[in-house]
Amino acid sequence: MIKSLHKRESELADSNRQVEILSNGIFKNGDLPTFKNKIAETGQFPLKSKTLEILQINLGYMCNQVCEHCHVDAGPDRKEIMTRATMLQCLEVIKNTGAHTLDLTGGAPEMNPDFRWFVDEASKVGIKDFIVRSNLTIIRANKKYYDLPDFFKSHNVHVISSMPHWTKGKTDKQRGDGVFDKSIRALQDLNALGYGMPDSDLRLDLVYNPSGAFLPGNQASMEKDFKKALKQDFDIHFHNLFAITNLPIARFLDYLIASENYEDYMYSLVEAYNPNAVKNVMCTNTLSISWDGYLYDCDFNQMLNLPVNSKVKHISDYNEELLDGRTIMISQHCYGCTAGAGSSCQGSVT
Amino acid sequence: MQKTYYDPADLKKFGKITEWNEELGNKFFDYYAKVFEEGKLSAREKSLIALAVAHTEQCPYCIDAYTQDGLQRGITKEEMMEALHVGAAIKGGATLVHGVQMMNKVNKLEM
Repeated sequence: MIKSLHKRESELADSNRQVEILSNGIFKNGDLPTFKNKIAETGQFPLKSKTLEILQINLGYMCNQVCEHCHVDAGPDRKEIMTRATMLQCLEVIKNTGAHTLDLTGGAPEMNPDFRWFVDEASKVGIKDFIVRSNLTIIRANKKYYDLPDFFKSHNVHVISSMPHWTKGKTDKQRGDGVFDKSIRALQDLNALGYGMPDSDLRLDLVYNPSGAFLPGNQASMEKDFKKALKQDFDIHFHNLFAITNLPIARFLDYLIASENYEDYMYSLVEAYNPNAVKNVMCTNTLSISWDGYLYDCDFNQMLNLPVNSKVKHISDYNEELLDGRTIMISQHCYGCTAGAGSSCQGSVT
Repeated sequence: MQKTYYDPADLKKFGKITEWNEELGNKFFDYYAKVFEEGKLSAREKSLIALAVAHTEQCPYCIDAYTQDGLQRGITKEEMMEALHVGAAIKGGATLVHGVQMMNKVNKLEM
């Protein structure tokens, strides 16, 4: 198992260094336009937030997996975990927000010792779409997690899980040895409870990230191929596939640099820039809350330590009115969300 | 003078072909785009055909382009290699089948 950038004491463990790399080189010497200049061409700078729709809470960076492309740099060696005190502050916000979606992520959010307590409490608020981003293998990682599918079902949780490919080789290469087999078993467990079955209200969606320095293909075509292969090979069903572009952050940035693909990848992102995708980028209707309660425009900005441009910086001072209409913090990683059909935690945006 | 005949950066300039003959260039690119749309064959199948032909034509630009295209479509390296063998088999077969002509000639001329 590879180690996190933090454990390796890589220079990229420092988010400032990542922002520095993204701001210099081909963007500084003018070979490629900065994201700011690019969106200004179509009068879309500054990018402003709209009404809040999605509250995404990162319960911690601890994870049982160490995926090569992880933008969180998550892993078993990461100890940053949201405390119950911060969760209580989040609950207050959830009760009063107009957001229709609550999205719990990590790391593996289930590894937070207060995860079940938090889901219990948050589900009482009656938010419309309650998402848990589960990496699937956590369900088979330890006996104490075996009943997670039942727990999800009893709270009517919408499960969104990563699955880079329908073959073992590609999946294990990106996410680690044995991940494919465990993921298949977990998907079968979820299906057995009704998750992902046609006409079932128990939502099970999959997330596809390319396993290398290339962009995702057409989301609808990929979904068709995934459905056909998973049904044929393992009798597995799921609802939707979200094709998400890998952003040049953390371990994916490390991979791009080490494999000498960084510049070509950035060229691909800029070449695939779609001004229509800018209108619907997720940072305009999402708020990301970190494990220690700080507020960001998105999970990617959280990892780059680019906090919201607002007087309100922390969940303890939460004020939706003050946050609405804020200027979104941008850098060159944002090209990842505007390439092709666009990309967000809910897949394509156009 | 350019040191090599092929420059990977030239692939990105392919669209500029229209600059010296806009009408024919645009007609070609319209046709090209139409060919690769989903039809009786899926776009995925067409991508694999294109990859195989890229190799039989030994076009480095096309090999780059359709390897990348295949990866984006979730095509595995095993599928790509299988497609290449189809191209190689046809190339090999096309060479070898001419052996019949050679045999005919030998049979006609030899006592």
